[in-house]
Amino acid sequence: MATVAEHTVRPRRGAELGLLAVAVLLGTGAYAIIGLNVTGEIPANTRNYSLGLAALALGAHLVLRWRAPYADPVILPVTIALNGIGLAMIFRLDLATRNNDIPDTFASRQLAWTTLGVVLASLVLVALRDHRTLRRFTYTAMVVALGFVVLPLVPGLGRTINGARIWIHLGSQSLQPAELAKIALAVFFAGYLVTNRETLALAGPRVLGLQLPRWRDLGPILLVWVFSLAILVLQRDLGTSLLFFGLFVAMLYLATERISWIVIGLVLFLGGASLAAASFAHVGARFHAWLHAFDPEVFEAAYGGSGQLVRGLFGMASGGLFGTGWGEGRPQLVPYAESDFIVASLGEELGLTGLLAILVLYLVLVQRGLRTAIGVRDGFGKLLAGGLAFTIAWQCFVVVGGVTRLIPLTGLAMPFLAYGGSALLANWIIVALLLRISDSARRPAPTASSPLVLGPDPVAATPEEAPAFAGEGGADDGALGADGRPSQVVRPGGERA
Amino acid sequence: MNTPVRRLASVVLAMFLVLMASASWVQYVQAPSLNADQRNVRTLYNEYGNPRGPIVAGGESVALSEPVDDAFGYQRLYPDPEAYAAVTGYYSVVFGRTGLEREVNDQLTGRADSLFWTRLQDLLTGRRAQGSAVETTIVPAAQQAAYEALGDQRGAAVAIDPRTGAILALVSTPSFDPNLLAGHDTAVVNEAYRALEADEGRPLVNRAIAGDTYPPGSTFKLVTAAAALEAGLTPDAEVFAPRELDLPLTSATVTNFGGAACDATDTTTLANALRVSCNTAFAQLGLDLGDDALRRQAEAFGFGEPLRVPLRVTPSTFPADPDAPQTAISAIGQFDVSATPMQMAMVSAAIANGGVQMQPYLVERVRTADLDVVEQASPTELRRPISAATASALREMMIEVVASGTGQSAQIDGVEVAGKTGTAQHAAGEDPHAWFTGFAPAQDPQVAVAVVVERGGSMGSEATGGRVAAPIARAIMQAVMDR
Repeated sequence: MATVAEHTVRPRRGAELGLLAVAVLLGTGAYAIIGLNVTGEIPANTRNYSLGLAALALGAHLVLRWRAPYADPVILPVTIALNGIGLAMIFRLDLATRNNDIPDTFASRQLAWTTLGVVLASLVLVALRDHRTLRRFTYTAMVVALGFVVLPLVPGLGRTINGARIWIHLGSQSLQPAELAKIALAVFFAGYLVTNRETLALAGPRVLGLQLPRWRDLGPILLVWVFSLAILVLQRDLGTSLLFFGLFVAMLYLATERISWIVIGLVLFLGGASLAAASFAHVGARFHAWLHAFDPEVFEAAYGGSGQLVRGLFGMASGGLFGTGWGEGRPQLVPYAESDFIVASLGEELGLTGLLAILVLYLVLVQRGLRTAIGVRDGFGKLLAGGLAFTIAWQCFVVVGGVTRLIPLTGLAMPFLAYGGSALLANWIIVALLLRISDSARRPAPTASSPLVLGPDPVAATPEEAPAFAGEGGADDGALGADGRPSQVVRPGGERA
Repeated sequence: MNTPVRRLASVVLAMFLVLMASASWVQYVQAPSLNADQRNVRTLYNEYGNPRGPIVAGGESVALSEPVDDAFGYQRLYPDPEAYAAVTGYYSVVFGRTGLEREVNDQLTGRADSLFWTRLQDLLTGRRAQGSAVETTIVPAAQQAAYEALGDQRGAAVAIDPRTGAILALVSTPSFDPNLLAGHDTAVVNEAYRALEADEGRPLVNRAIAGDTYPPGSTFKLVTAAAALEAGLTPDAEVFAPRELDLPLTSATVTNFGGAACDATDTTTLANALRVSCNTAFAQLGLDLGDDALRRQAEAFGFGEPLRVPLRVTPSTFPADPDAPQTAISAIGQFDVSATPMQMAMVSAAIANGGVQMQPYLVERVRTADLDVVEQASPTELRRPISAATASALREMMIEVVASGTGQSAQIDGVEVAGKTGTAQHAAGEDPHAWFTGFAPAQDPQVAVAVVVERGGSMGSEATGGRVAAPIARAIMQAVMDR
């Protein structure tokens, strides 16, 4: 597929602009309708809000035209649409709880974070000219990730909110560094795995028809497992633990193509989680609240009960197939309706139809990310794009699964929708990285007449049959060269026009 | 490395399909049971948050919802609260619903099956669901007359159109103000409810249909007389009517009111016995007819039968297995005979309507917010407790009761009224309940009524049905005929 696309690929920035217009219209339309339905009039600042959102979208679009003209044209509009829907719902909840009387509303803060997110994403696109640069920071990324994860445990800096110690406070803001850690972790995993994949893929003993890896190669997965369990135990955060471990297992599979890693990962996680559920009250309570959500005493329990979960289900049920409409439901009855339970809020007001549409938006976003992974020529890029795209999917699964009582409730934020600055920033950076990688994935391959012939021509021509791991890595290293900016050289001359 | 990415893409697709299935499960499959969950305050809010249809009497709303700026969005208002409380009931966030608010809740909220097309239109046009208006059969003038005539006394009054069964008035006193219970402040509502519960007048009890039933006293003689006529007696038949009747098996006796004689001799006609409400004659008739015949006749009038109008009416009772002396006093509406005012009004209505008892009903029609009629009452025959001949004979006998007997206070100028009084003993040393039931105009009945006033009302031990209840009945009948 990438082979075919090689010959037909066009930047399609015009298509992106059109889609962006639709996405902005979706967000601002929702904003206006909410005002109309809740207060009886279109919010006074609708014009400014629309212009602001449009400016953000247009800004990001122009950055793409300038720095990544071949970037995937669908990723940005989908992200803007999701972010706009989230903003609208948060604004709607502000209205319901009358928080709008104070200047510092959830919606205004989220808008500020969105702006910061878009700016940050643009900075990433401008500063990071080639994603392969990141590979040089493999182990730096590991240290950064560990640091981010450990930060909340630092006395005086960390904060325990609702039982989970995953927050730090800087000035007046609370940040969840784990959200940023997932990016650093993805970079580290990609760098580590692309180097060590052959070793990890080597065959070990066969057990029950499953080709297991060699015992000595189990080290890294055990390390990440212990790391995840430590988060679970020390920070009381099931969600982050699940997120990191899921990310690692998925990337391990991408690198080695061995199903056995997934099986080992699942067994390890389920074992660890059930051990934790049996040993630690806060984990056990989550499971109990999940399994016995409708028991009166579990529902009534002041702490660790299922009240929030069940109220969320009530909200979604009242939305039914078509929802109550923007501003017509009562999502504010669910605690944390603007963050952990924004999915239930949207399910209530937009109905099953709206919720499915939102899930499809995510699916499109993730599949675009995975398509990027297929299209990109280098192993590091494949792993990074695949891993980042998967975190979005995995996070959706954990959140929506939790809210719909498919799996125990965790406490992760729905990407782009949920209120929360750190998550929004992290996810915008992820989008920037995916856009960056997709630019190099979709860019026409350098031809023999290119000024620099260091590029791995055979690999580029048929990227999906690229078995020469060593050669690819070598090509990367060569391409990075001394200045670390190979893309400038590789990029065909005419495309900036 | 593209193969695992492709596989991962399939896994992601599967994950999202699972999520979609899960969301569909919650929002579609499980939704009805989740919405019905007791703990789901949303259902409550949604119900209270939508405009609830009004309850209408004679073109005026007696219960309506007005938008307010609080969590519920709408406040239920009762413009004429006490007079209509027995009809509307209350609609409370805290204590739920009673009366019509309860029985036609689906229509008022717009959820009734008959409103399916309306709901579908609302869905398609995006209009917010609106409750329907429930138009009652109540005639405001009659309702008002009944409420005012009962005044401070404890009692109840029911008026029925005998030709259709439409309930024209339904009053129970002391009444209460449903507005007190319809408030949205839980503490205030709780306080008001406690006060009403503690009130010894028991205002929350609907005495007209569902209070403790009352011994019907002499008004039950209509049933005994009907049984006698059906058994072949004529109004002119001589019946044994001594000053004092010895009851078999006991040393007890039955006497007439004030110990008076019913006639010059020890016998009198059936018609005269009813006119002067002769206890000894009807006790003897009861002994002659037997308890089975009396019970059959009572049940033919609706005793012991469940009834919804659509408010639930407590079944009136006739004792299951009385011995001879018990049968004798049952025949004059004492012992374990008990009846609701609704039941006695239905007895009179059946007599007025030539022996055909119509199904009583309170809801004339249901209209959507667009004024489309979606439900319209159609009068239906309920039973034929007596033959037309018996009905005609009873009518003539009841006319005499009002013309020259115990019920003269029910007379209306220029209108022939038929009726029967009752003065029911219910406990030793307590003042009797005063009853009146009847209909007017006698030859072309437009209204049948039953009135009960507990413990003699304002007259206490001096009370009789004729003195206390008959004037109230007259006021109601007058109001219906003047309409």
